[in-house]
Amino acid sequence: MHYDGSSCNGCDIEVLACLTPLYDVERFGVINTGNPKHADILLITGGINTQNVEIVKTIYSQMRNPKVVVAIGACALNGNIFRDCYNILGGVDSTIPVDVYVPGCAARPEAIIDGVVKALGVLEKRYEQLKKGIVPKSVREEKAS
Amino acid sequence: MVMSLLAGGFVLLPPLIGGLIAGLDRIITARMQSRVGPPLLQPFYDLIKLFSKQNIASNRFHRHYLMCYIIFMIFSGAMFFSGRDLLLVIFAYTLADIFLVMAAFSATSPYSFIGAQRELIQLIAAEPILLITALGMNMACGSFNTAEMFKCKEVLFLDLPGVFFALVFVLTFKLRKSPFDLSTSHHGHQELVKGLTTEFAGRTLGIFELAHFYETVLLLGIIYLFFAPYWWLALLVIALTYFAELVIDNTYARAKIKLSLLWTWALTIAIGGGNLVVLYILGHVRN
Repeated sequence: MHYDGSSCNGCDIEVLACLTPLYDVERFGVINTGNPKHADILLITGGINTQNVEIVKTIYSQMRNPKVVVAIGACALNGNIFRDCYNILGGVDSTIPVDVYVPGCAARPEAIIDGVVKALGVLEKRYEQLKKGIVPKSVREEKAS
Repeated sequence: MVMSLLAGGFVLLPPLIGGLIAGLDRIITARMQSRVGPPLLQPFYDLIKLFSKQNIASNRFHRHYLMCYIIFMIFSGAMFFSGRDLLLVIFAYTLADIFLVMAAFSATSPYSFIGAQRELIQLIAAEPILLITALGMNMACGSFNTAEMFKCKEVLFLDLPGVFFALVFVLTFKLRKSPFDLSTSHHGHQELVKGLTTEFAGRTLGIFELAHFYETVLLLGIIYLFFAPYWWLALLVIALTYFAELVIDNTYARAKIKLSLLWTWALTIAIGGGNLVVLYILGHVRN
């Protein structure tokens, strides 16, 4: 599952490039889905602004545990050149917990695939935790505590 | 005894066979798009993953409907492979699909609703030819029992070529392949989100996938019946049919729902029904 925040679309195109015959991320069993309820890994490009903050939270909360978030590109990391804009809240981690950071402007497909494979490793750990009964807190619970 | 063993085998084997077919399906599809594709056992990894995910249902009856779906799917397959009445097999199969539609309707998502409505239309499109297949096999073989059809001395295909091709056409609906993957938008990814399966997540999606493995094996079993006397020929035809489905899947864009209904019915009546009429007349001439 991938969501384009307030990115310039550059990283977004690179995410889709990972699905093409040249990079073929399905080699690792990963496929792109448009449904958060079927997704394990959320790829977000671009920073978070006041308009998409709720959307990002909704998508994240609709995904079933265990789940992993990958922030892709410089804007998703900390807002990059947009960070001083009046409507930008910052990187993705200003809104939801991020597990893997992929830097770059735009991030290279190789780097994105590397990030996704790292995310699979994190996912594996989450499954172990879930078996032991540790469920990560939701965004709202985290804010409340 | 042998038949009950076969029925028992149907409960256990299809998840393996169906999973392998799905794995091959994904690899061949990837190769057709000049990609490498996932490992052969990927569908099994996916299934294990789905069953170990956290389960949050949007409706508490959701899972029960899906349980009914898979139970009736297994039931119809077990009836088929233990040599019972083909009509009963088809009715149980349809009932299973109705439970799937009810599961989709029990969720609140509009995408799930549209998917369920489309699934109903797909049922309407696919049902006549399934019944015509049963009727045709009865006319050619003299019995509705699949046990008789498996033992049939003649190649049923020679009597029922029209029915066979109409059935293969409808298989595209049933195997959820483009241009007819309308209700789940299996390859569309974005259209209708995921249609019928939008609200299935984790374990419920796992049940759906598992039931689809059973469904695939049952449908390919019906193809087998057409060439029952020669098992090697039947397996060859099954492989060719599935490959043809993949080629169609990869080369055709999605059809509109009204058009697909029209095409299927036209084809069903023309070559499926026509085949039955010819068979009926020939039967009278011979006597």
